[in-house]
Amino acid sequence: MAETVDAGFLVRWLVAVAEAVDREADRLTELDSAIGDADHGANLKRGFASVTETLAKEPPASPGAVLVTAGRQLVSTVGGASGPLYGTLLRRAGKSLGEDGEVTRERLAEALDAGVAAVSQLGGARPGDKTMLDALVPGVEGLRSSYEAARAAAEEGALATVPLRARKGRASYLGGRSVGHQDPGATSSALLLAALADTARTEEA
Amino acid sequence: MLINVPETVVADALRGMAAAHPELTVDVERRVVMRRDAPVAGQVALVSGGGSGHEPLHGGFVGPGMLAAACPGEVFTSPVPDQMVRAAAAVDSGAGVLFVVKNYTGDVLNFEMAAELAEDEGIQVAKVLVDDDVAVTDSLYTAGRRGTGGTLFVEKIAGAAAEEGAPLERVESIARRVNERCRSFGVALSACTTPAKGSPTFDLPEGELELGIGIHGEPGRERRPMMTSREIADFAVDAVVEDLRPSGPVIALVNGMGATPLLELYGFNAEVQRVLAERKVPVARTLVGNYVTSLDMAGCSVTLCEVDEELLRLWDAPVRTPALRWGR
Repeated sequence: MAETVDAGFLVRWLVAVAEAVDREADRLTELDSAIGDADHGANLKRGFASVTETLAKEPPASPGAVLVTAGRQLVSTVGGASGPLYGTLLRRAGKSLGEDGEVTRERLAEALDAGVAAVSQLGGARPGDKTMLDALVPGVEGLRSSYEAARAAAEEGALATVPLRARKGRASYLGGRSVGHQDPGATSSALLLAALADTARTEEA
Repeated sequence: MLINVPETVVADALRGMAAAHPELTVDVERRVVMRRDAPVAGQVALVSGGGSGHEPLHGGFVGPGMLAAACPGEVFTSPVPDQMVRAAAAVDSGAGVLFVVKNYTGDVLNFEMAAELAEDEGIQVAKVLVDDDVAVTDSLYTAGRRGTGGTLFVEKIAGAAAEEGAPLERVESIARRVNERCRSFGVALSACTTPAKGSPTFDLPEGELELGIGIHGEPGRERRPMMTSREIADFAVDAVVEDLRPSGPVIALVNGMGATPLLELYGFNAEVQRVLAERKVPVARTLVGNYVTSLDMAGCSVTLCEVDEELLRLWDAPVRTPALRWGR
């Protein structure tokens, strides 16, 4: 595996996210209709399709610029809570990377960590509230060790939302009835980190 | 469903709205509905928006005496900040803009981002959150109460104040006062079907109803065997009155969720008025109809807004929008 990643790697990651979201859109919507409003799959599909299109038209030069562009695009096209939240995750992470042409995995983890902190601040949620943070926080922590550790930790974090009672977002309106359902936001966050690991694996091969 | 394809339902509806309402400017591409005469000199402009699927909210409330602009999002998805920034820039006369925001995480975040961007463009922006749904436990540890039927009251009454030329701080404080005095409770007799999903958002068997539902097909807090109109009115009005504890007269909104006939809504209103009389709550005005809907959901909601003389006068003030129209 390459020691550092460049702008092209991050573009390939986001393309992989778009493909994963497209593939899993129905499942995300299904999860969202159980405890939300049945739009998560369609919204992310629209957002990441537009991210892919924008990045293909004018590929930014640095990893940071790729993430900032993608984040801005998500804010402008997704709507709902996931637009501002995923948009902030990527924009803040991108800003934290600055203009460096290549970054290490550790540096990427730090940048995503800054993005996760911004998401937590914007949405007012913490781990355990049954939100995307339940996959992102362990996933980004795992990224400090390896891409595969990030995938595994995020997936585990998403599954661990099943018994939780939602304290943020639309699922919180259900009170105790949110228990027993996997959180759609945590599920899509796990897809993001799985796509990152897939991209790294492809590079390695 | 009476649609072409799910992807174009919002744009199709906006094109139809433009054709039916030449008194509005409808930007189908950018998804903004505006008063054609905006900006109106010296007037504060009310801008609202939210997911589509609640029609006539919000686009049907654009016009003199109510909203200056509305920003429709995808079905049940809040609009994006770009829409509100564009709307604010188009309708601001220099007197400032009031964002009316229903309390949902997505709406709050997108309007917050929009307010920052609009302020960067030199527009004075104030925001009011609508959170009137008593079915949601209001707690520091949840997203808080949802905005539902109270939105109509905030938009109508604050819109009347703006039409009279009240300054931004005054329009904002009236909007807040209205929200504080509004409470709602909703009931679903059937789930709704979003165009994207094509099947009901939750599973509600025949012969059961869901109490305390929101307006996005979210399941409610409790399911029971079917109740009569009389029993539903007892339950819903009690829930609202116990939370509001009005000491003066109220305006009652008996609202249909989209698929309940007016015949049934008027029958339900008779029961609502009966309960209010029993609870000794005087009713100053009543509005019955489909105003804050949830696609094809069958069911209803009750909103009560406690009013003083000023709020009642502003409620009675002339309004000229596609969905609400009286006076002059």
